[in-house]
Amino acid sequence: MSETAVASQRLDRTIAHAEADSKNIFGFWVYIMTDCVLFAGLFATYAVLHNNTFGGPPGSQLFSLPNVLAETLALLTSSFTCGLAILSAHRKHKNKVLFWFAVTFVLGLVFLGLELTEFRHLDQTGNSWRRSGFLSSFFTLVGTHGLHITVGLSWMAIMMLRVWRAGLTRANVRKLTMLSLFWHFLDIIWIFIFTIVYLLGAIGI
Amino acid sequence: MSKQPDMIISRHDTDRGTPRMYVSGFVASIVLTLTAYLLVVNHALSRRILIGAVVALALTQFLVQVVFFLHLGRETKPRWKLAVFLFMTMVVLILVFGSLWIMTNLNYRMTPAQINTYMNNQAGF
Repeated sequence: MSETAVASQRLDRTIAHAEADSKNIFGFWVYIMTDCVLFAGLFATYAVLHNNTFGGPPGSQLFSLPNVLAETLALLTSSFTCGLAILSAHRKHKNKVLFWFAVTFVLGLVFLGLELTEFRHLDQTGNSWRRSGFLSSFFTLVGTHGLHITVGLSWMAIMMLRVWRAGLTRANVRKLTMLSLFWHFLDIIWIFIFTIVYLLGAIGI
Repeated sequence: MSKQPDMIISRHDTDRGTPRMYVSGFVASIVLTLTAYLLVVNHALSRRILIGAVVALALTQFLVQVVFFLHLGRETKPRWKLAVFLFMTMVVLILVFGSLWIMTNLNYRMTPAQINTYMNNQAGF
């Protein structure tokens, strides 16, 4: 076979792979959009129930805004470092990918730690999800987001292990792209939790 | 010749951002978050304007992150990602504002005692 024929065959295969990968990633995009609808249901529940405190304290007395700001900045920065990791993955810099995902992972853990501290504090001061409709919907909404973060962190740990062992193979880069979409999406959901639950809660709407 | 595959792939692959996009998205998000936070903590504006400002800042940040982090709008035709995204937005708006509308109406029309009587009269409650 001539050299140009080989090159053209290789080109065809690369294009076919790129098309297959972009279809997979589109499928994951559709999943993320349906997950948004799940969160919309929880936000609607919270919006309806947030004044039903059953004689208990409202959100403005329960939430510590500096703590929430720290959570927000940690998650926001982790979304950025996740983006840097994906850029390195496309440039095939394995060590940089591992480094940036490690930073993302630690920031995700910081976020989760702060959230669980808040939950424990609320529970210990007698404001658990059993207290009122407001707190039930609060814990369901924020807890579902925290659960997604936990899933994302486990996925990230597995992917770091895979990249460390097998390197930046085509399958690994595709999965890292999906993971980064998932992580950015969780950051976007958090903007709304930060605004609707915490900031508007502090104003006392 | 060696450049050609990359060029063709970049036409198919719409999930790639540039370092500049990530940096501008990050800086904009930090500024928007801190502005909203400081406005609320310092009670800088009257209540009504404050609520409007905080919601506007959140919506701006939502758009910033969708464009700079999720790279929406960078795909070529047919724009399926955008189509699914717009449909999702519609469902979310109907779900959230529909729920609020119905529940506010219910709240307005019935007292808790009326709701209890109504529920007791219905078989199964």
